[in-house]
Amino acid sequence: MTALETPQEAPAIVLGIETSCDETAAAVVSGPSAVLSSVISSQVDLHARYGGVVPEIASRAHVELLTPVVAQAVIEAGLSDHDVEAVAATAGPGLIGSLLVGVSAAKSLALVWDVPFVAVNHLEAHLYSSFLEEPDLELPVVVLLVSGGHTLLVLMEAFGRYRLIGQTLDDAAGEAFDKVARFMDLGYPGGPVIDRLAMTGNPEAVAFPRPMYDDGYDFSFSGLKTAVVNHVRNNPDLDVPDIAASFQEAVVDVLIHKARKAAEQYEAKGLCLAGGVAANSSLRERLLDACVAAGISGFLPSRSMCTDNAAMVAAAGWQRLQLDGPSPLDTVADPNLPLPFMRSGEPAA
Amino acid sequence: MDGEPTVLILGIESATQQVGCALGGHEGVLASAHSARGRRHAETIAPQIQFVTRQARIELRDVGCVAVDLGPGLYTGLRVGISSAMAVAYALAVPMIGVSSLDLLAFAVRHTNRLIVAAIDARRSELFYAFYRQVPGGIQRVSEAQVGTPDDLASELLATSEEVLLVGDGARRYSEVFDRLQKTEIAEQDLAHPSAASLVQLAHARALREEFVKPWELKPIYLRVPDADINWNTR
Ligand SMILES: [Zn+2]
Repeated sequence: MTALETPQEAPAIVLGIETSCDETAAAVVSGPSAVLSSVISSQVDLHARYGGVVPEIASRAHVELLTPVVAQAVIEAGLSDHDVEAVAATAGPGLIGSLLVGVSAAKSLALVWDVPFVAVNHLEAHLYSSFLEEPDLELPVVVLLVSGGHTLLVLMEAFGRYRLIGQTLDDAAGEAFDKVARFMDLGYPGGPVIDRLAMTGNPEAVAFPRPMYDDGYDFSFSGLKTAVVNHVRNNPDLDVPDIAASFQEAVVDVLIHKARKAAEQYEAKGLCLAGGVAANSSLRERLLDACVAAGISGFLPSRSMCTDNAAMVAAAGWQRLQLDGPSPLDTVADPNLPLPFMRSGEPAA
Repeated sequence: MDGEPTVLILGIESATQQVGCALGGHEGVLASAHSARGRRHAETIAPQIQFVTRQARIELRDVGCVAVDLGPGLYTGLRVGISSAMAVAYALAVPMIGVSSLDLLAFAVRHTNRLIVAAIDARRSELFYAFYRQVPGGIQRVSEAQVGTPDDLASELLATSEEVLLVGDGARRYSEVFDRLQKTEIAEQDLAHPSAASLVQLAHARALREEFVKPWELKPIYLRVPDADINWNTR
């Protein structure tokens, strides 16, 4: 069976729950791409004073916020809770204490409503975010998944069939933004702050390194972060917007260069962005430019679909139910859950 | 018993190494399950709910109230239980009752005239503890729940001239500190964890007084401010 041949009795209305990091989110989808509701309660203010996500604070907030967020998602979808036909939750990767809150709640909901529970991989969920807004995207596509926790280049050959092309060897792209912003005392989260400052800065003011630019598809941002720190230490009078713009330019250069090269080598029909860093305005602009230059289609999910949300979890849950069926009720969360590349039992591309 | 209001209660308890579920009401506890295989609460709770409902021959939709242990206890396990319980209550559209883990420990040893001290292992060489007395029909807490070292608690006990019954996994873990005290006994191992059966019994008394809350009104009892360390090397 391919992913697109849907069995008649397959559940259509899926409630998704996302608690892997600092967003408490719930959403309802109908089928693979119709979003009926998507509620996100961000904890960003709770963590801002620490300059990063504090796991214990995140877990405590999820417990308080999740039930009201789920209730709101069901109401906004125009449903009664008896209409929910499956419950999906992010089971990893992420912060273990936070993941467990969502997984535990989801299993209980599925148990009481007597519907399937399905455990979802957070990274796989990000891959589906483009299809929620553009269901007719032609496969294969290369997805550049960039967030505070992850930097991956993935070839999506079919729903449920992926090939890992490249990943970061050290810091994630979003982590580099956070760390640079933290060092320069710019605030948290670092991505939006640097994005904003960069708009008035000169991206060519400082020639920061482009790590591993012509070296395969893996990434490394730790050295770039160190280069920025050293540069600022040695030149304390530098213009902050110039530093922000030059740093951002170095990150975006590397990401776009490798994404385009991958799309060409693997003969992808398109290139998609996903993950929190996909909200970066320079990255969005440059990705579209690269797609035009390469003659392929590019897709940018809306900013609210790039950052963590539960609609993508519900959509991935719908797909997983078609491919694998429900997950058992003794499923646990896994903070290091890997993306299921090249699933077994399916023909290779 | 015609005409008497009855409410069937599902209790979920996961504040310590042990995790448990029980079902009961005015007839007492109909079914319960407990397991203590380390920290496997997230795997255990949903299957345990299924198990006790089958054992009691009850449909989940007949449950009229969900009771949960609010802590203090081990944070991750506690949250697994509370999140599960809130979700069950929301999905059933029924109210909740929250009970302290220390109350549950003291309730199980209520038939004594001694001062009861419930003490749960709080890790980091500390205990969560509170003092109780027997009263007609149950127990009454006579101190705030607090967090302190075994030596802190031992000094407090030294200051009383009363006979003391210590109960809980914290009391047992640091038994060498308390064995030195006069007139102090530590309750046996099978009382060392809060039980879901006690939870259902205590909650039933409160249900009759209609002391219900909505799922989103429950607050876990942590007794510590969050540890705000961010490990920048491993995040
Ligand atoms: Zn994410």
